[in-house]
Parts: sequence; C-alpha cells; structure tokens
Amino acid sequence: MTLQRKLAILADAAKYDASCASSGTSKRSSVGGAGIGSTEGSGICHSYAPDGRCISLLKILLTNFCQYDCLYCVNRVSSNVPRARFTVQEVVDLTLDFYRRNCIEGLFLSSGIIQNPDYTMEQVVEVARTLREDHDFRGYIHLKTIPDASPELLRRAGLYADRLSINVELPTDQGLATLAPEKDGAAIRRSMANLRVHIDDARGAARDAAAVSVVSMPTSMPRRAAAPKFAPAGQSTQMIVGADATDDRTILSTSANLYGAYRLRRVYYSAFSPIPDASSSLPLAAPPMVREHRLYQADWLMRFYGFAHDEIVPPAAPGDSAGGGMLSLDVDPKLAWALAHRDRFPVDLNAAPREMLLRVPGLGVKAVERLLMARRVRRLRSDDLKRLHVPLKKVMAFVEVADHRPGHALEAADLAARLKPVPVQASLFSA
Amino acid sequence: MATQTITLDGDTDWPGFRREARGLLTRQVPPDDIVWHTRESAELDLFASLPDELDDPEASGDFADAASPASVGEAPGRPAPTPHPGGASAVVPPAFLRLCETVVLHEDPARFGLLYRLLWRLVHEPGLRDDPIDPDRVRAQHMAQAVRRDMHKMKAFVRFRSIEQADGGATLHVAWFEPFHHIVEAVASFFVRRFTSMRWAIMTPERSLRWEPAAAGREGTLTFGPGARREDAPPADAGEALWLTYYRHIFNPARLKLAMMQKEMPRRYWRNLPEAELITPLSVEAMARSGRMIEAPASVPARRIAPVAGLRKHARSPAPDAVLAPMPQALSSDPAEALSQLREATQRCRECPIGAHATQAVFGEGPVRAALMVVGEQPGDQEDLRGRPFVGPSGRLFDRAVADLGWARETLYVTNAVKHFKFELRGKRRIHKTPSQQEAAACLHWLESEVRQVRPRALVALGATAARALLGRPVAVMKERGQWHAGPQGEQVLVTLHPSALLRGDPALQEEAYARWLEDLALATAVAQAVA
Ligand code: SF4
Repeated sequence: MTLQRKLAILADAAKYDASCASSGTSKRSSVGGAGIGSTEGSGICHSYAPDGRCISLLKILLTNFCQYDCLYCVNRVSSNVPRARFTVQEVVDLTLDFYRRNCIEGLFLSSGIIQNPDYTMEQVVEVARTLREDHDFRGYIHLKTIPDASPELLRRAGLYADRLSINVELPTDQGLATLAPEKDGAAIRRSMANLRVHIDDARGAARDAAAVSVVSMPTSMPRRAAAPKFAPAGQSTQMIVGADATDDRTILSTSANLYGAYRLRRVYYSAFSPIPDASSSLPLAAPPMVREHRLYQADWLMRFYGFAHDEIVPPAAPGDSAGGGMLSLDVDPKLAWALAHRDRFPVDLNAAPREMLLRVPGLGVKAVERLLMARRVRRLRSDDLKRLHVPLKKVMAFVEVADHRPGHALEAADLAARLKPVPVQASLFSA
Repeated sequence: MATQTITLDGDTDWPGFRREARGLLTRQVPPDDIVWHTRESAELDLFASLPDELDDPEASGDFADAASPASVGEAPGRPAPTPHPGGASAVVPPAFLRLCETVVLHEDPARFGLLYRLLWRLVHEPGLRDDPIDPDRVRAQHMAQAVRRDMHKMKAFVRFRSIEQADGGATLHVAWFEPFHHIVEAVASFFVRRFTSMRWAIMTPERSLRWEPAAAGREGTLTFGPGARREDAPPADAGEALWLTYYRHIFNPARLKLAMMQKEMPRRYWRNLPEAELITPLSVEAMARSGRMIEAPASVPARRIAPVAGLRKHARSPAPDAVLAPMPQALSSDPAEALSQLREATQRCRECPIGAHATQAVFGEGPVRAALMVVGEQPGDQEDLRGRPFVGPSGRLFDRAVADLGWARETLYVTNAVKHFKFELRGKRRIHKTPSQQEAAACLHWLESEVRQVRPRALVALGATAARALLGRPVAVMKERGQWHAGPQGEQVLVTLHPSALLRGDPALQEEAYARWLEDLALATAVAQAVA
C-alpha cells in the first residue's frame, strides 16, 4: 500500500476526534539543538478545513485495525472500512516533513487497539520517543493513551508528550456499557487519576526547584535542577454527544466532575456524526450541530464565568418533554440564564461586582476587565459599550449606565424573541 | 504654529519615530501641527536587531496595568536632548512603548499621527492611562490587534517548499508570503527559533529573509534583503501531494462550515496556500457525500479482526444496574488472599450512591496480622486519586503523629470506615462531604470483613464515623475521646479525633490540639509496638 493511501485511510479514521489544540505547553525552541521545532505557549492553527476546524496537528491513527467494538466508532472491529497500518518510522517521517513545510505544530497520535493495550501503547510511545530522542523534535506531541495500558507505559508517554488524553467517550457509565462493551468507565477514571497524580507531582517538583533557585547565592547565576516534565500541557478528553439519550444537564455534570477530579484542561464535545458504515444500533441522523456548540458555550461558562454546572440547565421536570434538562438551541446559555433570572437585572455597570458583570449576556471576560478599570476613573456611558465592540442590543437590555436604563424592556414578553440572534455559523474551535 | 513635516526613515522606523516624538514633545509641538511621512526605501540593515517582544501575538497591548514607567527618550546610542524650558516630560508606561512598537507596523499612514497624539495626551491628561476605553486608545488597540493577527497568520500560513541543492549542500526551504502590514522583520525571529537547524528563505513583496544555520565555527545568520516577486517562488515539490492528501481526508463532510473556516482563514490568504485549491471541490462534494452516508443502510458487521482471548487485564466494573452484592462467593482461607479478594470486590461495590462518583475504592493497607488497626472516616481527594489510604493532608499529619509516638506505619493496618470518596463540587474543587448514616451502614460489612481477616489486638477510631462503625452506637467524640471502649464483640477501641478536625481547627490552637491528640493516641503505644 502506498504512503498516500495509508495517510488517506488513517487521517479519515482520525477526523472524528474533536481535539486539535496545541496550546498551553512549556515554551521551547530549537535554538542550540540538533533538530527543529518550537512551542510558544499558544498554539498555531496552520490551516482550516472546510468543516471550520483548525488544523494544528498532524492528527492520525497509527492503525485503524481495532479489536474493540465500540458502536459509535468508525474503526470498530465490526466495521467494513478499509484498514491500514503505519510503521513507526512512517509516522515520524511524515511529522517531520509536514513540520518542515510549516504545515503543523506537531503530532496528535492515536491508535486502534491491536494485540493488547500494552502492545498498542508501546508503539504509540515509540513514535514519540523516536521523534524526541532520535530527531530532537521540539514541536508539540499529543498522545491518546489507552486506558488499560500499564501505569508504567502511561508514565513513559507523559515524559515525551506535551498532552495526554483518554476519551471518556460517553457521558455515563451506562452509555459506555451499552455502546462500548470492552471499555470500562472506572478504568478510564483510574487512568485519568493516575495521570493527574503524575502531572501534579511534576509541577510540584518544578515549583520546589524554582523555589530553591530563589534562595541561591545572589551573585551566582540562578541554576535550577531541571524538574521532570510530565505532559506540561495537561490532559484532555472527548465526549460523544447524541449517540445515546443523555441530556445536557447530565453531560455538564459529568464534565464538571472531570474538571474537578482530574484537572482536565479541556473536555471536547463531539456531536455524533453519521459515519460511513454505521451500526444499525445507532441513530443514523446526526444531532443538531448547534447542540455541540451550546455545550461548548456552557462549558466555557463553568470554566471562566463562575457558573455552577447545575445552574446552567434547569432540571427536567417529571413528565416534561419540552426541553427539560436540555440547553436551548435558539439562544446561548448565558442569555437563556439571564432571561430566566430577570429579577437579577438590570446590572448597574458602574456599581455591580465583577461576578455580576460576568453574568451579563454579551459581556466577555476581557470587556468586563476593561469596564472595571475604566469605571475607577469615571462613570461609564453607553458610548463606552459601543467602543468595546460588544453586541449592543443584547447588552443594553440587561444593563444600566449613566445615560441608559432598560426600563420596562426587561419585563417585555417578547424580549427573548427580539434578542434571538440571526442564525450564523459560530466559532467552536478558536482555541 | 506652522505645520511641521517629519519624514521617517521607513515604514517600520520605530527608533526614528521615538526620537522625533521626544523632540517634538520637549518643544511642546501639539499633534495637530505635525504631518508624518516615511521615506520610500529604508536601509537594509536598519532592522537587524529588533527586540523580541515584537514577535508575541499574545502580548497584551494594554498598558494601564504597567508597573514601572519608562522614558520615551531612551533610544539607545543617542544623546538625550537638552530639555526645552517648559517642555513636557515624556514618561509613559512601558506597556505604551510596546503598543507603539506594534502599531508602527500597521499599514495605515495615519498611525504615526495617532501615536503622537496619544503620547501628547498621556503627558497632558493624567486620567488617560487608566481609561482603556478612550477612543484614541481603542483605535490604537485595534491597529495593534490587526498587526498581531497578521503576524500570527504569517507564522501559520508560510509554506516552505524544498529545493535540493545541485552541489549536494543542505536542502533549501523557500516560502512566498504576502503580509498586509509591515511585519516581516518582526516575525523573523519566530522562524529562527523554530527552524534553527534548517536552511530557509522567506520572500515577500516588501522584503525577504534568509537563514543560514550554524555550521562548523560559524553562528547561524539571518540576512534581510529587498522584496521579491511571486514568480521567484519555487513551484510545488513532490512531497506537497502528501499534505494535500492529509487535508482532503481530515475534513469531515458531515460538518461543512465554510463561513467559519473563512473567518479564521480569510480568502486573501488563499492564493498562497496550496491546500486552498481543494476547498471548493471538497465543499461541493460534501453535501452529496454526507447525504449518501445518512441514506446508506446500516451495514452488516463483518468481524474480520479476530477478537483476542484474555484481552482485558482488569476485572470489569459492573454495569451500574448490575447486582449490588459483589461479595466474593468463596473467601480464601488465607487472610492475605482473602484481603486482596475483598479489595477487588470493593471496586465493584455500588451498594450506596457514593461508589458511582468516586474514582476508585480505597481499601485498607498493612500487614495481615497487624496488632493495631487504625480506622479513619473515608478517603479524601488524594486518596481517591492514588487509591491508597491516608496519603493526603490528613495522612501526612497522621504520619507525623506516628513518628512522634515512635510507632512504625508499616506495622499498622490503616483503613477507612467508608471505602469510596464522597464529595461536593465547589467550582473546580472536590470538597469532602461526611457520609450519611445509611451510607456508612451500607459500607460497614467491608470494614467488618477487614477486621475479621486482620484480627488486630486493638483498634483506633479516628472521628465519629469510624467510632460509630466500630462501636455500633452513636459516639460523642469530644466526650469519649482518650479512652478505651469495648466493641460489640469485645474488641478494644480507642476513640479520638480525626486528623482533619485538627487541620480545620483554629491555627493558633493547632499545636496545643495536636499535643492533646498525641496524648490520646499514646494510649495505644503498647499495642502499636507489640511484636506480632
Ligand atoms: S462507599 Fe462502601 S457501600 Fe458505598 S459503594 Fe463504596 S464500598 Fe460500596
């Protein structure tokens, strides 16, 4: 089989993984080294596919042969897709070649499970080892770890990779038991816990080393013992949405738990999309893409806006079928929350605390910081909001400034309808 | 005052602007009296040492939070001008200088006028530095943003093509790029850092760059040259086809979102991106392809890859609706063996709601015939992650006590009354929550089994949950602490506080509380030090 053909098959097999980020790792460059590569904290999207998704990493599978039979997965053992397998060297060469062309920030390698989890993980780790040790590659490496692989292999993976991920795949253990018979929710959690412990320990060691250098002799150059780096960009996971009947409230609660328990950098939501050769046990129609988008927005509210996971979506009432437990598809979750809590508005931009400013629909974290700063020297007026480039109509409906009060507009029954955005494609992956 | 015309050396002449601005400010020339120009061509070596910060797309252009002031008059290598009598002092936040360095690279001819006006106003209107939404500042911000975006896109969209050298020298990598602002010199250091060991050149209409990596006895060198023409760029090389293959196949036709793609990869960059020629054909096919996928009947599975027997190494956790009694059918008569059977079985336990939320059950640890068994309440965050009892903050305090008492932890059997971690999420933290009586009761049989296997001579109950479990009645710990009690089967149980109670207490009283706690524990020293 030609390399072209393998690449086609194994990129096809990898395109359902939503993760693409190459950010948040330690800074490094190829200066003084024998190889190539640098990372600067924030990743670079080198291209965009017509599906709007960023291409930052060479995202491929080592092989799409797999012995597991996860029904939502195009690579499951019972699927009729064409199969291929890269050698370790082929992946290494492709990565270096694309990197030299400046097409990618690095590699995101995953694999179907062949022979056994340890064997598979060993191959994946070997690719990363070759890149780092034989080619002094200093770009970004993200490895998908196999949860059943031995802790020793997970540890080695963390020494070469910037980021590790283990996909939880489905929001509940029930879902996993039904759709992915070989996967085990508890084993996935144990692996995530194991990675978090390694990541925390490495960070603690780095902190200690830094602290030591502060108290070193004032005249001598600060010399730090190099602390072991373990997956400096942390760990992430992916959840498939819409392959089973789990509601958004449950999904957000699972995510909140994952963030809290394992300090994940990101939970990626991937709307179950029709795959070639789909199993007859799955819905053949895709869930609306906008649901995935709303989940990302809600996730954002939990991580940066101080929302608790259980206040974003109201619980489903018994016998309730109209959207209970689900995010609204029409309006974004912050606006939906504000519409349901009108008694908390209008917010006086000149007086309200930061937490409340963050709850105003249309005001982002950056805008809030600027408003807080400016209001220390003068009273804010509506012109200030105009210059901030915030969605004016939306913001004005919920705030009070020196020359504006929303008055009765807030109580108007048609407020939601008037603020409903004209449907546009929104940006999901601008990370 | 008559209008003055200032001519700068070139489009990115930041040092020149800085020098002129300082002079104008000293002479109190108001912004409206100045017209700014740049000379057509700049000297080629002018930019050889641009500062690094220019290169950072993430650098905040905001300067209100800047800590220490810097002087605009610090252009290196030039004498400071004699201050004009009554001239304004040009001390501005350093972040403003960084903002200027970026704005200067903007293609808008009005940028120098704007920057001088901002500088003038910063000196004359003290409130301005604290007002990030002032119109002039916002405009400068937007210009800086446009420049940073263009710099970022250059880092992203430069595409090298390789040219093999006829004389067998190292391959040269050449790229053609068309930026929108005057950013080429500013981005150069990024490519140096990234491709240090590679020979490369980047050509643009305004300037060109060339990097020769270090070789024996020679440092790597970056050379700037005049602009080039698109025709001078090399054609596609053989390897580019692989990149196009990748681009074609990483795209999911079921999710076509062209508008979003164009937002991040505007059309004006397309003509120099090899993969851009695929966008239209892929989009056109996409609708048809995803339609076919949805309409295709679900396929009949062909299990061509034989499943391997014994693939799974771990005992599978139960489906959550499975039977709730995971007790092993037949416990081994060897206590060590029996304990490890029990340990496995707790992993599968879902007899109370706690089990489903924790990472793993945390079973007891210690020698089978330990003389003293220490029972805590439940695992905490660290115990839950590490799967071992007493390894978090409470565990460390307990270890300190063990050391102070002269005990050895490895001779103790240490466990908890409840085997899974119960918590409440607060933001991103898991806060310990005391198990309810029903939960503790559901879990009790695991502890009883442990006690039966270990058969300790005495037990220490740390805290109310443990005391209740071991004594079979509600225990008022503060009243009953520091005494031996008899359990239902006559076991000797010493009751005292849980170490977490000491950690929570008033820090001023902590040492005193710790000393009292040690006194309680000391009652068990004889047992703890007994030879098994
Ligand atoms: S806490 Fe105890 S009873 Fe509850 S699930 Fe865990 S082991 Fe079972």
